[in-house]
Amino acid sequence: MIIEIGHYALVLSLATALIVSTVPAIGAWRRDSAMMGLAPVASLTMFVLVLIAFGALTWAYVVSDFSLRNVWENSHSLMPVVYKVSGVWGNHEGSMLLWLLILTFFSALVALFGRNLPDTLRANVLAVQAWISTAFMLFILLTSNPFLRLNPAPAEGQDLNPVLQDPGLAIHPPLLYLGYVGFSVCFSFAVAALMDGRIDAAWARWVRPWTLAAWTFLTAGIAMGSYWAYYELGWGGWWFWDPVENASFMPWLAGTALLHSALVMEKREALKIWTVLLAIMTFSLSLLGTFLVRSGVLTSVHAFATDPTRGIFILCILMLFIGGAFALFAWRAPMLKSGGLFAPVSREGALVLNNLILTVATATVLIGTLYPLVLETLTGEKISVGAPFFNLTFGLLMIPLLVAVPFGPMLAWKRGDALGALQRLYVAAGLALVAGLALYYVENGGPVMAVFGMALGFWGMFGALADLWNRANFGKLPFNIAWRRLVGLPRSAFGTALAHFGLGVTVLGIVVVTTFETETVLEMQLGSSADVGGYTIVFDGMRDAVGPNYTEERGHFTVSQGGVAVADTWSSKRIYTARQMPTTEAGILTFGFSQLYISLGDPMSDGGIVVRVWWKPFILCIWGGALVMMIGGFVSLSDRRLRVGAPRRKAKPVPAAMEPAE
Amino acid sequence: MTRKQKRLTIIAGGMSFIIAAVLLVMFAFSQSVAYFFMPADLATTEVSPGTRIRLGGLVAEGSVKRGEGSTVTFAVTDGSGTVPVSYTGILPDLFREGQGVVTEGAFDAVTHSFVADTVLAKHDENYMPKEVADRLKEQGVWKEEGEAATQ
Repeated sequence: MIIEIGHYALVLSLATALIVSTVPAIGAWRRDSAMMGLAPVASLTMFVLVLIAFGALTWAYVVSDFSLRNVWENSHSLMPVVYKVSGVWGNHEGSMLLWLLILTFFSALVALFGRNLPDTLRANVLAVQAWISTAFMLFILLTSNPFLRLNPAPAEGQDLNPVLQDPGLAIHPPLLYLGYVGFSVCFSFAVAALMDGRIDAAWARWVRPWTLAAWTFLTAGIAMGSYWAYYELGWGGWWFWDPVENASFMPWLAGTALLHSALVMEKREALKIWTVLLAIMTFSLSLLGTFLVRSGVLTSVHAFATDPTRGIFILCILMLFIGGAFALFAWRAPMLKSGGLFAPVSREGALVLNNLILTVATATVLIGTLYPLVLETLTGEKISVGAPFFNLTFGLLMIPLLVAVPFGPMLAWKRGDALGALQRLYVAAGLALVAGLALYYVENGGPVMAVFGMALGFWGMFGALADLWNRANFGKLPFNIAWRRLVGLPRSAFGTALAHFGLGVTVLGIVVVTTFETETVLEMQLGSSADVGGYTIVFDGMRDAVGPNYTEERGHFTVSQGGVAVADTWSSKRIYTARQMPTTEAGILTFGFSQLYISLGDPMSDGGIVVRVWWKPFILCIWGGALVMMIGGFVSLSDRRLRVGAPRRKAKPVPAAMEPAE
Repeated sequence: MTRKQKRLTIIAGGMSFIIAAVLLVMFAFSQSVAYFFMPADLATTEVSPGTRIRLGGLVAEGSVKRGEGSTVTFAVTDGSGTVPVSYTGILPDLFREGQGVVTEGAFDAVTHSFVADTVLAKHDENYMPKEVADRLKEQGVWKEEGEAATQ
């Protein structure tokens, strides 16, 4: 019964979405406030209905109702409850339902927090959100319905893919989707503004918090996914330039650019057309990512099922929305007047540079990801574009950006003083170089370029601190006055500094781990030892163990330094009973920011075992930096909330930048 | 600077950056793209030693030999050709004889055997490397992998 209610709620939400898609948009066109007023209520209803559907599916998973085909395929009665719940989105149908849930959640948020938006803008935004919702509801109901029954119901399920039986699954997809799908709001705002034919600084002010929220969640989601792949797959890698990773990374890059260009638009009314285009592009990349991951054109752990009709359906959604939005853009954008002039050396100039580099970098990732697919479709030739391509292109393109980041906040709007910025930063630059050299000395050699790489990471960190130092005027004002100024800085200033600091930390982690990591493949017998990264690892033998739905053979390792045992860990190979599928559970030991990563290989004929040990110096900085960026995002967001009331005065007739076409 | 000059500076700077990026991408493609081959292709196409390629097919039955330490040799076959491969390291969890596999590496200049530095096997019992599955279907060597083969 609960299942039927869920199924019914999903169909009902489609009906609601169809209403929100049409009535408010027509209302906005005819300036009919009653029709426009329908949008918020109906959007909330839509969200509640999808929530009921999602709840029903979750319930089916929790009670292991194997009469549902979806539950039978992806669950098992012996699985721990947390994996039963996260298993809801550990499969194609369920993850699309989560996608939809989050999409309607954002519609509901716009409905709730958009009270100070002009009526027509809000109605149009919610209508565009409903168009997207409609498309995905149709997709779910027609091709990926999770509520299909099996008769007779099987007694036991087929189990969830063991790789997905991990707490990571509970966190990574929801976070990622909050980011990915959150950009839909920016898209809807852009399309609504184009429909309205009017766009101004206030628009940028409304869009920025949504962009910031989506960006913050996406940052967290990507970092989480990277860490999960690192510890779960047992290969010790943290980024593979896998197309599926790129699919989430491209919206992040474009979203980062959007965050910065919206700033220019908000403060200086410049870059209007560009910002609108970027908002459309960012969500288009999210949609493209959904297509790549869900259509089955790529094979990966994320592609749960391959069914050509689904691929074609998503491709149609993709073309409809991206094509439609770009057509609307081409038609309407020339009517938007561009504003504010600025010198090449200025805050605007720096942000333009940021946008230039980020979009070009996005384009290279896009080319590297799509080229093999396009080539195969056109010529049938099969190639792989792997990490070397991305490291070379993306890596090199990022260098000028990382060098430029600390300069940006130092430059004034309109016309900046490059020399002045340099004067305020030379201490940070010197310190960064010294820190790079010091770390190089501690790590004992390696390529000399690593010094510059590490200095680049420190440069980002110290540059961010210099920004705060400078804003508070330390050094020029007495300490206690400067301290009071620092405390009184707007939260967004801290948000910026934190995000840039976090970027520096991540860069440092990436440089150190790629330069100084060591990988050792050992054949170990009971009691044999090996030295890795200054630690001695002793193999204490294998043991058998049984988990709720798997059996494992695990090896115990004791790690000592200078003869003193400092840690011990288990590293195991598991066989999940239901699918007879083996997985590797690496033993990971953390020392400060660094980690020892011990992974088991195959048993050898003489009774020993192959063990692969990595020493990963500073690896935690990679995700720690992302965490700092995320905190920066939230700090900045908490500032923006205080200012939501500010644009009130914009509610009076805005000096129209342009008139609607008809 | 006049308004026009300012704009030109920005546009010129942007264009030169984009051109540099395009050249970089073209260079990177020429350097690092690995073509996919199956054993049958290697009979007709010459691949010079040292060129990175991806070699895919099925792991030939009875060919997996664990040698010194963690070095493993096996043969990749597609029904019409067989290529011996050596690999040092830990094989993926799902590496088995008779299963699909994609290896990445190059031919050794001296021994002319294929030395792989990466071995990818399928992710779960339903997954077969796509390139391999497509070609095996074409050649009619395709057999339904999965439950039957994992026993």
